[in-house]
Amino acid sequence: MATLELQGLRKSFAATQVLRQIDIALADGEMLVIVGASGCGKSTLLRLVAGLETPTAGRITIGGRDVTGLDPSERDIAMVFQNYALYPHMSVFDNMAYGLRIRGLSRGDITRKVEDAAALLGLEALLSRKPRQLSGGQRQRVAMGRAIVRDPKLFLFDEPLSNLDAKLRVQMRAEIRRLQRRLGVTSLYVTHDQVEAMTLGDRLLILHEGTPAQLATPMEVFERPADTYVAGFVGSPTMNFLPGRLARDGTAVQLDAGPLIPLQGRRSGDAVTLGIRPEHLTLGGSDLTLTVDLVEPLGSETLLHGRVAGREADAITVKVAGAVTATETVTVGVQADQAHVFDAGTGKRIDPLGQ
Amino acid sequence: MKDRPDYLAHAVLILGVVLFALPVWLVFAGSTQDSDAIMRGDLSLIPHLSNLSVYKRVLLHGTMGTEPVWHMLMISFGMAMAIACGKIVISILSAYAVVFFRFPFRQVAFWLIFVTLMLPVEVRIIPTYAVMADFGLINTFTGLWVPLIASATATLLFRQVFTAIPDELVEAARIDGAGPLRFLWDIVLPVSRANIAALFVILFVYGWNQYLWPLLVATNQGLDTIVIGIVKMIGEETQTDWGAVMATAVLALVPPVLVVVLMQRWFVAGLTEGEK
Amino acid sequence: MDRRTIFNGRLLPVALLLPQLLLTFFFFYWPAGQAVWSSLITQDAFGQGSVFVGLDNFVDLFTDPLYVASIVRTVFFCLAVSVAAMGIALVLAVFADRSIAGRGIYRTLLIWPYAIAPAMSAVLFLFVLNPRVGLLGRWLNDHGIAWDYTLNGTQAMLMVISASAWKQVSYNFIFFLAGLQSIPRAVTEAARMDGAKGWHRFRTITFPLLAPTTFFLLVVNVVYAAFDTFGTIFALTQGGPGQDTETLVLKVFRDGVINQDIGSSSAQSVVLMFGVIAITAVQFRFMGRKTVS
Repeated sequence: MATLELQGLRKSFAATQVLRQIDIALADGEMLVIVGASGCGKSTLLRLVAGLETPTAGRITIGGRDVTGLDPSERDIAMVFQNYALYPHMSVFDNMAYGLRIRGLSRGDITRKVEDAAALLGLEALLSRKPRQLSGGQRQRVAMGRAIVRDPKLFLFDEPLSNLDAKLRVQMRAEIRRLQRRLGVTSLYVTHDQVEAMTLGDRLLILHEGTPAQLATPMEVFERPADTYVAGFVGSPTMNFLPGRLARDGTAVQLDAGPLIPLQGRRSGDAVTLGIRPEHLTLGGSDLTLTVDLVEPLGSETLLHGRVAGREADAITVKVAGAVTATETVTVGVQADQAHVFDAGTGKRIDPLGQ
Repeated sequence: MKDRPDYLAHAVLILGVVLFALPVWLVFAGSTQDSDAIMRGDLSLIPHLSNLSVYKRVLLHGTMGTEPVWHMLMISFGMAMAIACGKIVISILSAYAVVFFRFPFRQVAFWLIFVTLMLPVEVRIIPTYAVMADFGLINTFTGLWVPLIASATATLLFRQVFTAIPDELVEAARIDGAGPLRFLWDIVLPVSRANIAALFVILFVYGWNQYLWPLLVATNQGLDTIVIGIVKMIGEETQTDWGAVMATAVLALVPPVLVVVLMQRWFVAGLTEGEK
Repeated sequence: MDRRTIFNGRLLPVALLLPQLLLTFFFFYWPAGQAVWSSLITQDAFGQGSVFVGLDNFVDLFTDPLYVASIVRTVFFCLAVSVAAMGIALVLAVFADRSIAGRGIYRTLLIWPYAIAPAMSAVLFLFVLNPRVGLLGRWLNDHGIAWDYTLNGTQAMLMVISASAWKQVSYNFIFFLAGLQSIPRAVTEAARMDGAKGWHRFRTITFPLLAPTTFFLLVVNVVYAAFDTFGTIFALTQGGPGQDTETLVLKVFRDGVINQDIGSSSAQSVVLMFGVIAITAVQFRFMGRKTVS
């Protein structure tokens, strides 16, 4: 168990900068989820911490020990891979025991540790099987077991659930979280799935083109996204964005589409983007008129996809509870206290004054 | 769809099977028959099983002017094993170096090996003979196999196999603390064992079937392989002991055929995957 | 294509490569270089020393009607062996690919001849077709057909072609069968929906899809016929009668090993090397560079 500190971490492959500047500190036992679109550098970041890549600049400290130049095996970490990376010719037991054998543990210690981990994961009956005789979920567990037996200072998860089907993914997600809490091992978890990110992380690091877009708790990311990228990335369906301009001394947004949305006071004058989540739009309000082009009933709620009347470019999704009969046009209201304002140029969040 | 047996297919395939089996059967049947009968052309397709002692005779004593057949079989077996194992070992090592390391001239080294794909031993017999003479390897057992174990084909095959090993497996092993040699031994070799088995069959047969090379470098009768021996026997103008020659021919066929048939599954997969 | 993950170290990979490189150098590059060098010199009349003669050995070679005849003969031999071995193999593979009872047994019975040495196929053919001890050879003579490949050049050529092709059928069979099995079922089924039947379906669907296999096998068979058949021909006819079955490899062997004409045989080796390089280049041109890149 240990802390993890990344200071000024950068990585370039030839002329391409993959990670620009990463500074993070993880508390003991914390689970940080690194999330972002593919190619954002999240896997590279994990591999730097694992020691599978060498950083171009910066320092990695695990439990106070500088490990930047160390080999993966000397860092006291364990990693769970997306495709599990189980040794295909070894039994489940041997897969878990391999790292311990290399470390020269006694036969008795190895058996005890592997059996403990197997019990924790419900793998006792499968110890003599080969990976190809296991289901996807079981392989995933073995991969977890291989990480657990080592008693590492740090767990690294590289999209460990993305090869599982949807139902199993939900189940394993909860299991990983329970195990991590129970073992209290500091963890880095990489995923492109925002639901996984929201549910698993103590904190999230949202990476965008090699730069941290936001580092915060899941709820904070959801409630106060740092920029339009984060706002668009977290939440489903995606947040609606409407172009406008701050007006009335910053107490309202004058949408290009016409309506004026009153807000808490912000600095004035700038071109902005108003962000509003689909669930924060209400049918029957008077702010916007939508031409509906698709109605998607999801059972407990319904999604209306439409365009702002007269402005074909402004696509809007509205989420309403229950069923809705499709109509050609609807009027919607904006819950102004739930709206987000971003600088139109930089995409950065503009908070109300005084916050 | 149709329940009627596919008579045409059976007919064609049986014809094919007979085309291959008949000569061998003929030789086997002949081996058990009286040499005078063979010379008279009275060869029967029914073997005289009471005469199987001819096998014991050729194994222990050979025919006129040759080594005992057991000795030639041993030479062939030793040579085939040495070539198969030698090629596999050095090809694995070099492919491993090329795939799992980065070092200066890596590509150059690979191409140096790759280009020799184009140069079968038959093309360079004379100059290679001179090199062998310089090394003092003429008429030695070592000379029979060492020059044949460099192998671009096998190196290429293993390079392909190793490249297909997922990166994550290497990473998992590195995190588990395995170094390069340990990874080779614990993971790479077991994972590639089907390919190794296939290649072993191909190379064993290749080694066993060598003719031109042993003909060239080993004129000493004590180093005659079974293939060399049998060709010497049929070339004998005054040959009279045809039964014994036929028995020797059968004995020469059995080991490689056994290896191919017993390991057929791996062999077929390895051959068609590797060479394309 | 490169791996993402590699091991560090300089000395270890070099040590791992060294055996292969040393062998390659001593038994490939050194002799090949020697061959090129020897092909450019000639022994003086008294065997006292050697004189650099440039391309004279090659000029001599290509103006020697015997050598040119040997080239023509080798080309003919290679094509005949390849066509025969591939044709028979393809027919067998097509039928072995059908879903019939005993498929597995047929396959085994058609694959085992892969193990037969080229020289051994000569021995087996001798026992069948030798005019004195061969069953069929004797029968032919008893029935008024003058069959003796040791005297008749045409018969000798027929004999070495048959023996060489016979041995190679199973190799081709293995590849054709694999090629046939890799044709997706959906494609043949679609062809059936379109109404293509029997021979027509084979000609318009199956055979074109086998083209890569066929081309690969053609190259392999030509190389086999050109080089590996040394044992077959040498054991059966030793290139005779006269030079009627003397292919280029047999000629190198005779001129170099038996007649000790190093200059000429080296030049012949160099010609063969260029031949192989040309064949390989053609192969890569058409097959893509899948194996290398």
